[in-house]
Amino acid sequence: MASYSTSDFRKGLKVQIEGDPYLMIECNFVKPGKGQALYKCKLRNLIRGTVLDRTYKSGDALEAADIEEVAVQYLYRQGDQFIFMNNESYEQYELTVAQVDDAWKYLKEGMGCSMILFNENPLSLTPPNHVVLKVEYCEPGAKGNTASNVTKPVKVETGAEILCPSFVEIGEMIRVDTRTGEYIERVKE
Amino acid sequence: MKARRNLMWPTLLPSASAGDDFRPTATLEMLRFRAELLRRTRDFFDRRGFLEVETPVLSADTVVDRHLDPFEVEVGRSPLDTGKGGQATHAGRPYYLQTSPEFAMKRLLAAGAEAIYQIARAFRRDELGPLHNPEFTMVEWYRAGDDYDAGMTLLGELAETLFGRGPAERISYREAFEQFVGLDPHTARTDQIVAAVRDRRIDAPESLSPADRDSWLDLLLIDLVQPQLGRTRPVILYDYPAMQSALARVRDDGPRGKVSERFELYVDGIELANGYHELTDAEELVRRNVQTNLQRQLDGKRPLPSESRLLAAMNAGLPQSTGVAMGFDRVVMLAAGAKTLAEVMPFPFDRA
Repeated sequence: MASYSTSDFRKGLKVQIEGDPYLMIECNFVKPGKGQALYKCKLRNLIRGTVLDRTYKSGDALEAADIEEVAVQYLYRQGDQFIFMNNESYEQYELTVAQVDDAWKYLKEGMGCSMILFNENPLSLTPPNHVVLKVEYCEPGAKGNTASNVTKPVKVETGAEILCPSFVEIGEMIRVDTRTGEYIERVKE
Repeated sequence: MKARRNLMWPTLLPSASAGDDFRPTATLEMLRFRAELLRRTRDFFDRRGFLEVETPVLSADTVVDRHLDPFEVEVGRSPLDTGKGGQATHAGRPYYLQTSPEFAMKRLLAAGAEAIYQIARAFRRDELGPLHNPEFTMVEWYRAGDDYDAGMTLLGELAETLFGRGPAERISYREAFEQFVGLDPHTARTDQIVAAVRDRRIDAPESLSPADRDSWLDLLLIDLVQPQLGRTRPVILYDYPAMQSALARVRDDGPRGKVSERFELYVDGIELANGYHELTDAEELVRRNVQTNLQRQLDGKRPLPSESRLLAAMNAGLPQSTGVAMGFDRVVMLAAGAKTLAEVMPFPFDRA
């Protein structure tokens, strides 16, 4: 397994500590003139999101985390499992609801997504920034009201609820920003 | 005097696109301010009758220090010359880029120079960060006849000249630890020092040996003491632990322990200068070098030459003196109110 020595330490390094992947978000070189060189680091756990303060001395090393980003396709849902396929290797990955997180709201069969793998296991999933979803159900809007500042919840084909302007109707297609969860526009088929 | 930092280079448009790293990181105005501080530094020493000297940057001798790693330089036939195979050394010896001009300047003292200063480049491996650049400018001076107190007085005067923040205050290493940590750094047992680090929830490297007393003291110094030093007036911290003497004399204070006659200047919590009431005993220097090299090998580092022309100079007779080395880039940084060395050097290491 590759490792980084302290002279490689820098912001953005992906390392492995006690089996978990971490991102080095800060690394301060500290050295009293006649003293030991120290690297005071802040590391974010890429699974739990927690931040760790760790101090290393020159000559210490951290294991590199085997992290890669791959293109995948969403295949289908099976109970609590979301099944994806690696576009290159055709390997399939099963993600739990917790791993998929908010992305389930936007997943349509056949959709291309990006997945982060840690030691070849899925760590996180990112859907495309913009997705088009079909409106399955909503309350009828006030006739002729085209103002976009009046909103209502709309249920889309994935089962998620998206806040839309009140003029959106059942059966229409809408474009949604997956980073914010916000409605962008109606789309004509 | 503060440098304003909004001045752009006249011929360059501000830009941050790729391929742009030919540009200096310091503004032209900052470089003017830097030049002004250089003039003021020279003026300070010239007025006091110091002689400005220049000594080799590349030398067969190097300071033997546990935590200083010099760049080793291949002299002689270039190893790139494939003709007869590279010859990496000159007369069988490696050469080093100086980590400070200390040895050569002391040889001048031993030869009869009385008061000398130098503004030189120094080089230290593996020291890179907002406050460290592997190549930096060092101001170093010695005055024969100066005792410990005279050396600190002179440093305090220079600090007043450069920063205009009043005369330097003095606080001993012991007083500082008693005040900011709550223990006597000279008489506390090592396990008590380790416990103080743990109590304060200061993260220590897992690989740090619980017996490495000086490194544990440093952890306390860095987090609890240094940030308190030089917040208004410059501060001189003096009487370091005897084990951290380097090339300073050791004084035996009886039941209060041994201390080294070594002092450092702090401004805004940042270490700027290191001074010694100089060790003049050649045999003691050999003992320390041997000890330091043993420690270096335990640390997994190569030993450095224990023998040097400085030893011969000390045997010939090094007069009592006090000497100080000061990091000039940091001085400029603090005097200008900057936060990083890159703001005060045109081309820091990543653009060198």
